[in-house]
Amino acid sequence: MSNLLGKGLIDGLVVTAKNFVGSYFDGNRKDRLFTYQYPEERMKLPENSRTFPFLVYDGTPDQLRCTACKICETECPPQCIYIVMERDANGKPLQRPRVFDIDISVCMQCGICAEVCPFNAIKMDCDFERSKHGRFEDLLVHLPELLKSNEYYHQIKSAEATRVDATRKPTKKPAAGTKPEKI
Amino acid sequence: MDAIYQLIHAYCPTMPDLLALVLAILLPIAIVMGVFLTVFALLTWVERKALGRIQNRRGPNRVGPVGLFQPIADGLKLLTKEDIVPDAADKVVHFLAPVLVVVPAFLVLAVVPVARGFVPVDLNIGVLFALAVSTASVLALFMAGWASHNKFSLLGAMRGVAQVVSYEVPMVLAAVVVLMAAGSLSSVTIVEAQRGLGGWFVCKPWGFVGFVIFQLCAMAEVARTPFDLPEAESEIVAGYHTEYSGFKFALFQMGEYVAAITMGGITVTMFLGGYLGPGSDLPKIGWLISACWFFAKFGIIVVINIWARGTWPRVRVDQLLGFAWKLLLPLSLVNIVAMAVWHFSPSKLVGWVASAVLLAVAIVALVRLNAGAAFEKRSYRFTS
Repeated sequence: MSNLLGKGLIDGLVVTAKNFVGSYFDGNRKDRLFTYQYPEERMKLPENSRTFPFLVYDGTPDQLRCTACKICETECPPQCIYIVMERDANGKPLQRPRVFDIDISVCMQCGICAEVCPFNAIKMDCDFERSKHGRFEDLLVHLPELLKSNEYYHQIKSAEATRVDATRKPTKKPAAGTKPEKI
Repeated sequence: MDAIYQLIHAYCPTMPDLLALVLAILLPIAIVMGVFLTVFALLTWVERKALGRIQNRRGPNRVGPVGLFQPIADGLKLLTKEDIVPDAADKVVHFLAPVLVVVPAFLVLAVVPVARGFVPVDLNIGVLFALAVSTASVLALFMAGWASHNKFSLLGAMRGVAQVVSYEVPMVLAAVVVLMAAGSLSSVTIVEAQRGLGGWFVCKPWGFVGFVIFQLCAMAEVARTPFDLPEAESEIVAGYHTEYSGFKFALFQMGEYVAAITMGGITVTMFLGGYLGPGSDLPKIGWLISACWFFAKFGIIVVINIWARGTWPRVRVDQLLGFAWKLLLPLSLVNIVAMAVWHFSPSKLVGWVASAVLLAVAIVALVRLNAGAAFEKRSYRFTS
């Protein structure tokens, strides 16, 4: 009876009928209607996903980890990072950036900056909604926009951030006017 | 028409005779066009939603509540698009084709009895008119393909002509049994002949086979999947309407869709008992209940169409033509014989059994005859 007249046609109809009815009654999201309705609902991005770099700070934004060592600037393949070190009134270099610009229209999201950073200061973000109205100035991201807290880092990549926290030595660099605190 | 004419006379006796006559003619047209254009817009939405669910998608759900205004958005989008006519096209024919494809689709509605006592024109050759006019759309289809001066368009049009001409034959032959049973070509008489419990023609063996043949042919006639070869996207871009854009393209889509709707209406009238059903004969609200019955049965046809479209892949050209000439045509001929057996058999039971057996034997025999060569099972040297 396997070659019954029109059996294949009926089998196909059964499959589509199951899909149709199941899409209304199945609670299981994995099998039916697995599309995320994007602007309203979002998928949790996997930890290894990466878009553009951001700078991590501990506690308050002036306690940023970056020392303006310029390793990321030299290593960046498309040369999209621009750093100017902060100097005090006497011209003595302070270990933090005065200017830290990333041109995200040039950035190719390779993540090499994050890999070479000896201070775990620059990390890759998961935020992909970065479209802007202007092509030039709007896509040049400056220091204040680049700063994200360590908590945010934990939020998007908890396992990696915990690993980083475990290997980090207590910071030597005091934030302006405060005692160094233990991390 | 006469009923409306008398109604106008009864309520406004002062109205001039000519005006009343024009009103009596225009009113049914307006009602039918209004109702069926609304049905058309709704059905595009229903079809897209249902196809989405069949394919584990949600379908359109952005415009309005659950995407209900999607047909309006589509229409507006197509209206505002640029109308491009190819340089090498035959301009006049290229322009006429989309107009002509819509006209026959709507003309068929003239003989579909939508409710008890409501049929725009009760032609005494109603079925003949419907079958003849619905075929006329293939002329527009070929005009479109020819005038576009494009190989894909012409290929699609040639396929369309071959398909419609082939499927016209079993379709008419499947309709013959209904005409034999009703003894008339008038669509209203055909519906009235299906009165009584189990009176619908689809409930009889010859009627059921006729219904299946007619439905398959109707799907092929209006080029719906799995018979949508004239516009097979994977082979010939968009077939005969490759070179059409903007509102002309919309007219093609509308013509096809309305043709599918009217074919559904004809199928309901001929096999599913049209507007008949419990309560359709009540004195005051009978017409409303009968209209509900008509559209409920029409819904069955819609479900069949969408389900088939969502399930079955497109057939090949040789499969398509072979199916019409080698299976449907002989089967519809046997079906006429079965109808004769039914008619001349001494009792109802004998007729039932005799025609059913005859049809079953014919189906099995035709399938056996048409079965392709069975390939012997392959054996491979290096696999166990």
